[in-house]
Amino acid sequence: MRLAHWLVALPFLGILVGTAFANQVEPLVLGMPFVLAWIVGWVVVGAAVMAFIYTTDPINSAPNNEDGGDRS
Amino acid sequence: MNAALLVIGLTALGALALGLAAHRGVRMTLEQWTVAGRGFGGLLVFLLTAGEIYTTFTFLGGSGWAYGRGAPTFYILAYGSLAYFMSYWLLPPIWRYAKRERLLSQPHFFSRKYDSPWLGVLVATVGVVALVPYLVLQFQGLGIIVSIASYGSISPTVAIWIGAATVTIYVMISGMHGVAWNAAVKDALILVVVVFLGVYLPVHYYGGFGGMFRAIDAAKPGFLAFKPTGQSVLWFQSTVLLTALGFFMWPQMFSAVLTSKHEQTFRRNAALLPLYQLILLFAFFCGFAAILQVPGLTGTQADQALLRLSVQTFDPWFVGVIGAAGVMTALVPGSIILVSAATLLANDVLRPLRPELSDSVIALTMRGLVPLIALLAVYFTLNNPPTLVALLLMGYAFITQLFPAVLCSLLPRNPITKYGAAAGIVVGVVVVAFVTETKVGFADMLPFLPARVGDVNVGFAALILNVVAAALVSWATRPAAVAAASPSSN
Repeated sequence: MRLAHWLVALPFLGILVGTAFANQVEPLVLGMPFVLAWIVGWVVVGAAVMAFIYTTDPINSAPNNEDGGDRS
Repeated sequence: MNAALLVIGLTALGALALGLAAHRGVRMTLEQWTVAGRGFGGLLVFLLTAGEIYTTFTFLGGSGWAYGRGAPTFYILAYGSLAYFMSYWLLPPIWRYAKRERLLSQPHFFSRKYDSPWLGVLVATVGVVALVPYLVLQFQGLGIIVSIASYGSISPTVAIWIGAATVTIYVMISGMHGVAWNAAVKDALILVVVVFLGVYLPVHYYGGFGGMFRAIDAAKPGFLAFKPTGQSVLWFQSTVLLTALGFFMWPQMFSAVLTSKHEQTFRRNAALLPLYQLILLFAFFCGFAAILQVPGLTGTQADQALLRLSVQTFDPWFVGVIGAAGVMTALVPGSIILVSAATLLANDVLRPLRPELSDSVIALTMRGLVPLIALLAVYFTLNNPPTLVALLLMGYAFITQLFPAVLCSLLPRNPITKYGAAAGIVVGVVVVAFVTETKVGFADMLPFLPARVGDVNVGFAALILNVVAAALVSWATRPAAVAAASPSSN
């Protein structure tokens, strides 16, 4: 695994370990109980981390790997 | 027939027509029926691997758990995201190996990797065992939708039969191709409906999200955070880890992976699918909105929360639209599960036992098994199953037992032998079955441990025993003399 790939540990730690310290209702964040907002926040951060890993990983720009015109 | 049932019925017919249209022009070989000829592009693979996010499980089950349990429902949001993050590294090697070896299924993968047809049969059996509660879940969801949308004129029992018959006919006609196109329709429909409901209901009844959660917190203190015992943070951690590891172990998930044309699709989806998952929040909001508006639903009735509140809030035709979205969320995953279970039994249990059978006989057997499996699921559905989420957790406890053996097989030198892999899977599955059947908790079995350990998800505890058994048996059966001479099973 490349060095940048280890960033993926962040959302795992945030959700699996961090939730123990975020288990409370107040303060509400965006109207949501704090613990729910905490989990949602880590999902968003995790997606950003994966986008970063995807764009910097040379395997995804290899020409024989090109995904063509289809998108998601 | 009321307006709601009319809308739902027309949607089901439309899905059937779309399945038929997708089927035309494609010769239904084994490879076409099961993995659609490995020809799907990014968007369809995205929708198929996203499939589990928007099933009856989340639509009715997720909102039902928000209604009945509160904070524990948040686990649903967490596990899928972690699974998608892992998929960046997990799925490409599985896909590459499957493509090179022209594999059609998950048991194929095991029997080839471990060079043991019997391991393939074992894995197929575990897959079918885990799929049954998942299929029961979809039928139960269909039953709830049809009976509530009929405003009581159709009994839940009849509704379950109607739902099961629809899924069965649909699968027998179209196989995997029809499913993929309906997956697109389903996702679009459920997205619009869930987001609308998740915003409208809290605003309509409470003036906003903050107002809603404050009202719930005042009425039921402690409901919106994890409890100190029972479904505690420890339960959350073990459940999220268990279900995240098991996410891609489902046989139908494996098949969805094999439909892809490119491996890069998986890496890109690893960033996109977690965001797509946030739509789940709106399903939770529907369940929370129902707490103070339709109080008194207990036990499995909690799964009706979203629909009961909808009936109370909207005109019948719009209840029909919501019900139609719900029917699609049960129909599409239900079909995928049925295809998978039938394929497993015909191709991965029967074929290794009777290798002389021709492809056409196997394909015929597969179609013949579809109604039989559906009947079995209807039988369980009519026999008082638990809530929708509890059903899926049961399935997960079984299916995650495959994870250690898959992970080891992807390593450059597989540390476990085929006997070790089999022993681990058997131990894990037997422990889960025993605990589910006898309802014995881990605190009862291991009284010397601190009481908090009882909160650990049983499937996760079984997973630990699974790994221990795999390691011990692999050590005992290690090819000591030949290890240096022969290459590893990779």
